[in-house]
Amino acid sequence: MIEVKNVSKKFDSLIVLDNVSFSVGDARLIVILGPSGTGKTVLLKAILGLTPVDSGEVLFDGKSIQAIDESEIYEIRKNIGFVFQGTALFDSMNVLDNIALPIVEHTSASTSEVKDKVVQILEIIGMSGKEKLYPRSLSGGMKRLVAVGRALALDPKYLFYDEPTTGLDPIMRDRVVNLIIDLKKKYAKSGIVVTHDLDTAKAVGDEIYMLKKGKISKVRQIRKEVYNG
Amino acid sequence: MNLFSLIGDFSVFFFRSLFISWKIKTTKWRILEQVYHIGIGSLPIIIVIAIFTGLVSIVQTSYQLIGTVPRYILGTTLGRMVMIELGPILTALMVSGRCASSMAAEIGTMRVTEQIDALEVMAIDPYRFLNLPRIIGIFIALPILTVISEFVALICGAVYAHYFLDVPFSVFNYGLTHYFYAKDFFGGLIKSLFFALVIAASGCYFGFKVKGGAKEVGKAATYAVVTASILILVLDFLVALVIFG
Repeated sequence: MIEVKNVSKKFDSLIVLDNVSFSVGDARLIVILGPSGTGKTVLLKAILGLTPVDSGEVLFDGKSIQAIDESEIYEIRKNIGFVFQGTALFDSMNVLDNIALPIVEHTSASTSEVKDKVVQILEIIGMSGKEKLYPRSLSGGMKRLVAVGRALALDPKYLFYDEPTTGLDPIMRDRVVNLIIDLKKKYAKSGIVVTHDLDTAKAVGDEIYMLKKGKISKVRQIRKEVYNG
Repeated sequence: MNLFSLIGDFSVFFFRSLFISWKIKTTKWRILEQVYHIGIGSLPIIIVIAIFTGLVSIVQTSYQLIGTVPRYILGTTLGRMVMIELGPILTALMVSGRCASSMAAEIGTMRVTEQIDALEVMAIDPYRFLNLPRIIGIFIALPILTVISEFVALICGAVYAHYFLDVPFSVFNYGLTHYFYAKDFFGGLIKSLFFALVIAASGCYFGFKVKGGAKEVGKAATYAVVTASILILVLDFLVALVIFG
């Protein structure tokens, strides 16, 4: 379980997160909704320990990441897959190497075992046969799928998605949304989806929170006028 | 950032990159990749530079010395000049121009496209993954390039002396070997080891610290080359002072 407790963060005088609290239970997808530039990505990075917080704490299965050293944070991160908004795929590596990297780095799997695992992941994300392609020859949607595949490499307990459907055409958007739902239902992946897209939020979220002016609040019913206002 | 905090930050960054768990099983391939990229990749330009270093040096030396000293002194002078100074420093400056900038640009681009954050999220230490192979790779490649450069410069100098200055190979070789001191050769190599460290550290440091976009990546590449070049010259003096002073 992930618990975010009273997390605050400001950049100079700009308050980005103001006493933000929520939790992510097992096999639950939490959506953080909010207009662009409200600090949703900062929140995700704060949860991962990539951005230090000014106050509050984040607990992974009861362990506060503010109270542990870097090596322990790395151990926790092995249980988290992160899909970056810009995908952050390694452009010098092909699809196979991108997905294989965490497996090679953190397990003692043989070359053939690594390849089998990557092939299996590519089947899950619907990208079979694309192992040899480089990110530069993939469309935006395909890159997003490969980023999800790389996040799955270590079979993490949690998946974080940062704007997973932004900039995608409707068909690819549905494909990514269905993949997120499948991963939760079939593989019991809990996680957080950060988005400003109302349709994505409604489709994937078990619980939806709105982040606005640093404050977070639970949304019971999404209404466009509330979101825009 | 003032000069002292920059030096402090640079030093911490360098030691943080080197004194970590090497995880040699996975890192060795990345080190070999860097040795190949730096070593083989820089070889053509190093050979070109070495050819002209040898030629210019022998022309200048003969202009200043022929007629006043025995001809074998050409071999002695060229040998010591190339091994102590010209080989190590020109090779290092060329590799700095080629590699420090590419390291800074590559790592800087990875920083602005969140690829370094991606490594952190995957629990992969970016200092080990990105910096360590580059530091070790250049530490292996630069001394080898320096020896090749010295060899090529001496050969070219000897050939020019033989055909254009009427100094037979045997006479040139006598001057080169009779006054050969191992200290000259190894002193030059020790210099190149220090140069390797500052080239890699500058490239990685300025790449890592990039914030922003393409413009900042370009600036990082420039800072990396300028810093590495200045540090090479400073270290050249300090190491020379210790070894030959």
